[in-house]
Amino acid sequence: MTPKFYPLAAIAMLAAGGAAAGTLDDVKAAGKLKCGVSQGLPGFSTPDDSGKWTGLDVDYCRAVAATVLDDPEAVEFVSLSAKDRFTALSSGEIDILSRNTTWTITRDTDLGITFTGISYYDGQGMLVPASLGVTSALELDGATICTNTGTTTELNITDYFKQHDMTFELVALENSDEVVAAYGAGRCDVFTTDRSGVAAERLKLADPDAHVVLPETISKEPLGPSVRADDKEWERVSRWVLNALIEAEEYGITSENVDEMMSSNNPSVQRILGAGDNDYGAAMGLTKDWAARAIKAVGNYGEIYDRNVGPDTPLKLDRGVNNLWNNGGFMYAPPIR
Amino acid sequence: MSSISDSDDAVRSERSGLAALVFDAKARSLFFQVILAVLIIIAASIAVRNAGANLAEQGREFGFDFFDRPSDIQILTTFGTWLLDYEAGQNTVWDVFLLSIANTLIISVAGVIFATIWGFLLGIFRLSHNFVLNSFATIYIELLRNVPLLLQIFFWTAVLRLVAPGPREEGWLIPGLLNFNSKGIYGPYPLVEEGFNFTLIAFVIACVAAWGFARWARRNQDRTGKQSPVGLVTVALLIGLPTLVFLVTGRPMGIEWPNFVTEGPILRRGFENGIGSYIAPEFFALFLALTTYTAAFIAEIVRAGIQAVPKGQSEAAGALGLPPGLAMRKVILPQAFRVIIPPLTSQYLNLTKNSSLAAAIGYPELVAVFAGTTLNQVGRAIEIIAIVILVYLTISLLTSAFMNWFNNRVKLVER
Repeated sequence: MTPKFYPLAAIAMLAAGGAAAGTLDDVKAAGKLKCGVSQGLPGFSTPDDSGKWTGLDVDYCRAVAATVLDDPEAVEFVSLSAKDRFTALSSGEIDILSRNTTWTITRDTDLGITFTGISYYDGQGMLVPASLGVTSALELDGATICTNTGTTTELNITDYFKQHDMTFELVALENSDEVVAAYGAGRCDVFTTDRSGVAAERLKLADPDAHVVLPETISKEPLGPSVRADDKEWERVSRWVLNALIEAEEYGITSENVDEMMSSNNPSVQRILGAGDNDYGAAMGLTKDWAARAIKAVGNYGEIYDRNVGPDTPLKLDRGVNNLWNNGGFMYAPPIR
Repeated sequence: MSSISDSDDAVRSERSGLAALVFDAKARSLFFQVILAVLIIIAASIAVRNAGANLAEQGREFGFDFFDRPSDIQILTTFGTWLLDYEAGQNTVWDVFLLSIANTLIISVAGVIFATIWGFLLGIFRLSHNFVLNSFATIYIELLRNVPLLLQIFFWTAVLRLVAPGPREEGWLIPGLLNFNSKGIYGPYPLVEEGFNFTLIAFVIACVAAWGFARWARRNQDRTGKQSPVGLVTVALLIGLPTLVFLVTGRPMGIEWPNFVTEGPILRRGFENGIGSYIAPEFFALFLALTTYTAAFIAEIVRAGIQAVPKGQSEAAGALGLPPGLAMRKVILPQAFRVIIPPLTSQYLNLTKNSSLAAAIGYPELVAVFAGTTLNQVGRAIEIIAIVILVYLTISLLTSAFMNWFNNRVKLVER
């Protein structure tokens, strides 16, 4: 399937004259948001038993849809491989890319896209069979490693092995399920991707407990949503929806208490929710209750985290660096004022 | 009189005007061809203009300067790695491009050769009166050509993973010669030493001599009717002469056997990388899938070709006293070839293009690496896809050109 996609994208780029700008208007006119997600990464974007998309990246898209269209269900999810995701966004196939994607300078400058924030601070981890008895990534000289093609992990692992003067063989596959299958079948000694991904994909193995995650984190992987570089208006919407979700957690606004908070006497809360005379939505082409809609639909950042990847989910990922700045983490949103 | 010639002129002048477009076949076809050409040019320029405008709006440019960039991706060890001496971080995008073409070519060439051999055998089995051979070929052909190729590629990948011993076990594919485990197939690698050139020169001389002998034998047979043992002499020349020179120059070649490590760090155990020759399981799975799949189609083409030769031909050959084997070689096959070659060319082209499905299992060929990983890194979709199309087009046209040349050689010379 996917090999055929590129020519299509290239043709789309040849044909779509002046499709630039106005994504916000396009989304409003279409009545739905086209959101690029993964091919199934538990906790981030994966269909549940009933076929409904769930996950942290998915909830972000629902928040954007709630903000713009007042309907968190008005999202069309487009499943993309790591390799195809950027072309899909820059050619207009999707409106927003929310697919556990690492923000790097090359991607920000060369691919015609712009990252609008960081929704999850990650780092690259490695999974090995417990039977190997390996306890550190520094013991991996000579290993065969499976990973996804078209990812930063593919590059980081090369850097890491070169830096430590170790040799390795890389099997790069396009579909993440194929990567896990190849690792599970013993084609590779190591499976590597972002730590969150390692935790999620491990659940797909026949016996998850027979595999251990190595302690090293070999890279910084700030994951976040991105939009086309030529649409400042849409970029602002994408950025501030994410900021609003983080701000909401900081000020204790949740999906449940959002209506009561409307009458809060805290000016910061009033500004976020657009209570009283506050209207920060109009300048972005949105309604004054834009953030309130998003929070009501999917909850604040903390709620989204706990629901999808937190300690009570199968992924069991601690908040760690993804905690709010005032709780010892990195999550720090510019103020809404 | 004059009035008649006037009206003649009138008709002629009318025809050379608008009506000519309707009535004059030449003018009509020219008119529509010009319109078509203009439409194509307009469509193309709109496409180019749009692409330029869209790229500019996104702050991207069009160009091929990315070829000079260093490429820091690690690529699975394959034929291309060996050919280009590729090492992550040491090479440019251009090297990655060449590497991926080399990988596409090697799988295509290997696939074409073995699919042809296996396909011809199957085609002959299909015509055999032996019940077992016949039913085997029939079932094989119907099964393989009716199952999607991508599925067959996944099937062979899974089969190899199932049957292969663990990564640190010393499995045997051909005892004493080829090892295999889940990391790939390992075998001996010839180490050429100084003086080996003489053996190569001897081989070239043997080729020329064999060709010369065959030519002489044919003329001699035409003149005197005497037959010469061409096959025997050819084999003797091609094998004997190089072997003789090889021995006389003191056997200037060593053999490097794979090194099986049983001690040390666990990930260093098993076959050592870079010692002996190596075939990745991804290549082998793709090779099996492409070969067995394409052979099914070739078998049907061969069967059709042989059946297209009238029965009278083999009967006539028999009446002239030719034994069945010779009749097949000298009478049936040359005529069958004329029917076989055009569709066979299509199968070769299909196999080459089908090799791009390798992207699914991680074999690093043109689409997987250059139109995949590289495109993702440099972000030049239009340029890269255009280049990939051109490469496939070039390979296909060269294959067709060669097959057309071959077809001209075997075609019926009509008198």
